[in-house]
Amino acid sequence: MGAMSTAIQRGFDDPVHDSQRAFRAIMAALAEPGLEMALDVPAFVPEPLHPAAATILLTLCDYDTPVHLEGVLAARQGVRDFLGFNTGAPLAAGPAEAAFAVAGYNGGLPDPTQFSQGTAEYPDRSTTLILALGDARPGQAVGLRGPGIADMRTTSLPGIDHAYWRVLANNRAAYPLGIDVIFTMGRRIVGLPRSTRIAIQGG
Amino acid sequence: MNKQHYNFAYLDEQTKRMIRRAILKGIAVPGYQVPFASREMPMPYGWGTGGVQVTAAVLGRDDVLKVIDQGSDDTTNAVAIRGFFKKTAGVETTTQTREATVIQTRHRIPEEPLKAHQILVYQVPIPEPLRFLEPRETETRKMHALSEYGLMHVKLYEDITRHGHIATTYAYPVQVDGHYVMDPSPTPKFDNPKMQRMAALQLFGAGREKRIYAIPPHTEVVSLDFDDHPFSIQQWDRPCELCGARDSYLDEIVLDDKGKRMFACSDTDHCERRQSAQGEARHG
Amino acid sequence: MYVAVKGGEKAIAEAHRLLAEDRRGDPDVAEIGTDQIASQLTLAVDRAMAEGSLYDRGLAALAIKQARGDLIEAIFLLRAYRTTLPRFGYSAPLETQDMLLRRRVSAVFKDLPGGQILGPTFDYTHRLLDFDLESPGEMPDAESFDADVVHGTVPRITDLINNEDGMIEPDVRSDPEVEPDDLTREPLAFPADRSLRLQALARGDEGFLLALGYSTQRGYARTHPFAGEIRFGMVEVEFFVEELGFAVTLGRVSVTECQMVTQFRGTPTQPAQFTRGYGLVFGQSERKSMSMALVDRALRRAEFDEDLVASAQDEEFVLSHCDNIQATGFIEHLKLPHYVDFQAELELLRKIRRGQDERNAAQEAAE
Repeated sequence: MGAMSTAIQRGFDDPVHDSQRAFRAIMAALAEPGLEMALDVPAFVPEPLHPAAATILLTLCDYDTPVHLEGVLAARQGVRDFLGFNTGAPLAAGPAEAAFAVAGYNGGLPDPTQFSQGTAEYPDRSTTLILALGDARPGQAVGLRGPGIADMRTTSLPGIDHAYWRVLANNRAAYPLGIDVIFTMGRRIVGLPRSTRIAIQGG
Repeated sequence: MNKQHYNFAYLDEQTKRMIRRAILKGIAVPGYQVPFASREMPMPYGWGTGGVQVTAAVLGRDDVLKVIDQGSDDTTNAVAIRGFFKKTAGVETTTQTREATVIQTRHRIPEEPLKAHQILVYQVPIPEPLRFLEPRETETRKMHALSEYGLMHVKLYEDITRHGHIATTYAYPVQVDGHYVMDPSPTPKFDNPKMQRMAALQLFGAGREKRIYAIPPHTEVVSLDFDDHPFSIQQWDRPCELCGARDSYLDEIVLDDKGKRMFACSDTDHCERRQSAQGEARHG
Repeated sequence: MYVAVKGGEKAIAEAHRLLAEDRRGDPDVAEIGTDQIASQLTLAVDRAMAEGSLYDRGLAALAIKQARGDLIEAIFLLRAYRTTLPRFGYSAPLETQDMLLRRRVSAVFKDLPGGQILGPTFDYTHRLLDFDLESPGEMPDAESFDADVVHGTVPRITDLINNEDGMIEPDVRSDPEVEPDDLTREPLAFPADRSLRLQALARGDEGFLLALGYSTQRGYARTHPFAGEIRFGMVEVEFFVEELGFAVTLGRVSVTECQMVTQFRGTPTQPAQFTRGYGLVFGQSERKSMSMALVDRALRRAEFDEDLVASAQDEEFVLSHCDNIQATGFIEHLKLPHYVDFQAELELLRKIRRGQDERNAAQEAAE
């Protein structure tokens, strides 16, 4: 802890208003699934965290929210310090104990079922997954329907192929149980709450 | 209140984060009542503490806030809540529906269709639509978990057998996105159709009962009914006496002790806008 | 013609001005000081602190003055103030056996280690109005003030009973690893555990708990209670400082603790023994702590396989309604305009009436 640089201590410049603006963008992303939103990001973001993921953590996490960091992130002192110092959020005992999970940095995409799905009586006790999409390859286009979408919204996300869309579509199988996903691409985000129906063309 | 002693929009940041997390869960599971650790607010429970907490958690410096009670911006509680946010957040306020980015309401939905990126915040006294059929939270939670809403249908059907029609006039239950049955707050059922596929985001806050729920834009919101007794809304056999509107919710105003009454729009902004448009048409 | 119910900012400001005027009262009478309230209306201050969940005599006195003596309004002011305060951590559990006792009575043993200490109590006063108090009088004998404070550890009655072959259920020490729930930080969920119930009762309305406790005595979930011990005094509040590795004393609070001892005939799996009901309240309030202990015991019905027969045993009923700030808000909100819904109901009644009239007319025509 003693070696912590001043840069790590910097979260938002103006916590009250920066987090309010970020929250509105995150809320809009989940209220309108598939719609891309841009976040203001902090001056300092520890590698390899996406700036948008850093903003989400600063905006939503505190000592009441156990956070699961994917292995490669948990191994980075800078990421742990950033999270701990700025939010006070404890590291979750495992993905199923996490209020928030940060993933997508291992070179693969996580299995959503490893996270907390909530319970039938308290479906809100589920994990929100902050999933980094780094792949520049254009992904498979899908149609999204459901709350937040006037009719159908066609979307594609970098690196999400046919197979992983099927995995995500399956997240709705036990609705209202399931996880909510916020994809991060640099400083941009796209929301995919569990209420969204995913129609996979040719699937 | 000395505003230097309080945070922007009154609530501390930790409380806002907690409320914001609950709002996101509510949006992800439309119509589901998310428990949240409602705080004691500097106004009494039952006077909009839930709506105020939700508004405080979403409000930013650039927002334009409108507060209505019974459809009107001038009722005492609307004035008090608007003053609270003026004082603690310094935000711009308006009485015009179309200019507001955030509208907090008690008992009405504005007549003018709301647009995308507006947020409608409802004050909710009793969020549980099944509460008066089953007082126990442990039981109603089970019913929601199982989507077991037979009790509600039985209640509505009993109305039909007794009166020939459903005798629920406000807080009329709706089913959201084909799943949760939800209380729309004590708005008259006249307003229910406005919730269906509304372009604006709808957030509901119940402070005393510690629940938040939400309806994202463009969500299916269906009033419960029966094939042989379809849902219908209140109708008046006369127009608003001030603006002539035939399609708005009317307040009945007692004028004297001899039974003289007049009917006028409950939504004061809607009524005034129509009156001034008519004035311009006459003079222009 | 049409005059809407326009309250308006002016009307509200005027109402506030009238309120301030009534608060001040007769200008020829000296204004009451918060120091006078804090030192002379101590039991009102105690109640405001207890149900306001905020131990601060000065703030409680201010709240009582501002509320014109309406204690529920004062409690509300304290709660609304408290909710914005930053939270640095949680104190260590209070050690009430180390209490600096001002009063300690037991109804179950004639004498006991530490003795019976009557202390400041209304109990044996004759309830005759003391007209001497109408005018300022002499100071009571100051020497007697601290003479009866008992220092050192005085065992609690339930620890004494427990020495005898487990005649009373063991005192469940809370697991230090498990943080007790906090209903001011987490929404209440049912079933609630005992720590959460006790927190709700400690903040709960004295009158509500009094009535519920009373109802158990009158047969609505009778528990055969004995006032095992009631003690009142000052207890040290300790805070464990992670960086130091030990606890430091933050100060002292005055509390009243009641250990109710109740009969239990046992179940096939549990021995016949005495069971416990617990009450702990800021300040001196025996009425509240005793009521709380009775209701705590009634709410433990599931632990003892007791049938749910009365409201006092029903945790959803008790916990959902014991908070006077919630209750007063919701009752008083009926003062707010409801004319939109009233209009809807009025139209419905007219419609039902029309239907009835038509049916009656048709019937008459048929006859």
